Amino acid sequence: MQQIINFILRNKTFLLFLLLLSTSLFLTFQSHSYHKSKLINSANFLTGGIYESVNNIGNYFNLKTENAILLEENNRLKSIVFNSKKDNLKEEYLDSTTFNSNYKLTAAQVYKNSYSATNNYLTINKGKRDSIKEDYGVITSKGIVGIIDNTSKKYARVMSVLNTNIRVNAQLKKTNHFGTLSWNGKSPEYVQLIDLPKQAPVTVGDTIITGGLSTIFPKGIPIGVISAFKIDDTENYFEIDIKLFNDMTNVGHVYIIENLDAEEISTLNNLDE
Amino acid sequence: MNNAITINIARFIILILLQVLVLNNINFLGYINPYIYILFIILYPIKNNRLLFIFLSFLLGLTIDLFLDSGGVHAAACVTIAYIRPVLLKFSFGTIYDYQTIKFNTTEFGQRFTYFSIIIFIHHLILFSLEIFNSSKIILILKKTLFSSIFTLILCLLITILFSRKNK
Repeated sequence: MQQIINFILRNKTFLLFLLLLSTSLFLTFQSHSYHKSKLINSANFLTGGIYESVNNIGNYFNLKTENAILLEENNRLKSIVFNSKKDNLKEEYLDSTTFNSNYKLTAAQVYKNSYSATNNYLTINKGKRDSIKEDYGVITSKGIVGIIDNTSKKYARVMSVLNTNIRVNAQLKKTNHFGTLSWNGKSPEYVQLIDLPKQAPVTVGDTIITGGLSTIFPKGIPIGVISAFKIDDTENYFEIDIKLFNDMTNVGHVYIIENLDAEEISTLNNLDE
Repeated sequence: MNNAITINIARFIILILLQVLVLNNINFLGYINPYIYILFIILYPIKNNRLLFIFLSFLLGLTIDLFLDSGGVHAAACVTIAYIRPVLLKFSFGTIYDYQTIKFNTTEFGQRFTYFSIIIFIHHLILFSLEIFNSSKIILILKKTLFSSIFTLILCLLITILFSRKNK
């Protein structure tokens, strides 16, 4: 016993080093697997609060571009409303009970965004207090941004599409062939679509949208256009480079999508298992 | 002594805030960021309690991880360079280190340059290897390590030169 204590005392520096190193390695490996990186994240009162106060200052510099984006979006939505033939859309005032039946949208602001690492995350200013939960989708007016993977009381962390762990169901706009959206970690402008069957009619310039197979995103949210494609090693699937509509390096305001039927759909899907 | 503690606490906080609020938004050429927060580890007094020093380095890395959502990569890299720092000091400064009387402001530029560049390179290599964690992307790891190291080294040297004048 005496010898053990002596050994520990003699090598205390090395043992402390090993302990701390293994702690940090444990945290690192946890962050590499989806939905396990819970311990260390920026959605807490300290980091969220600091990012919030800095963002309050930085906000003013982006007001002009944010306004332009909002104006553009309003313009598009207005033209849809005025050109539609349905009577109920011609009403000036839309009751929230008519359009909030399947999906509920919440506006939020991005406090922190990163795009140079291989696993990127955003921090936004809505959290449990605003009934935001994990696995809600996040989009902008132009396209997809990511999936919420962690929430605190006031803040939430969004796993960006620029994260090597992300998997989103996506499909071609013109046909229903679907594949999986992922990222290879190289350029923040391009994401990859894998597992798209070889039979799909793929041409450069085609639009890719989210598929309806996941309960996170509704079908038809724009993602990007095909910029290059090739057949993968198994020779059965396409590997496609998609140029994102969204400029992920400049994300200001986002919308959080809650699928109100998600629970029902996932119960149905789990019946077989 | 009291003065040294205050300086180090201030350095700890200022470097973290500078890193996460300013330097991580640089993204020069898309992916090159300097990580100058390790100046805290580089400039920490030579005469120290090693246990406390290693623990503080861990805390520094973990705080950066907290802000940047990077799991534990910064903590791992910081703990490692804190642990091997005495070896590097001995290698770079040679005999002066044995007397434990180094003041970083008074050392020769060449020796300081060696010390800085080795410690920064090791830190960045561990950092990016763990962050990317994919042996098929080894070129990307080395590329990021090299360019970020150069950027960090230049900034670190500039900052130490800039702030060393008043101590003379």
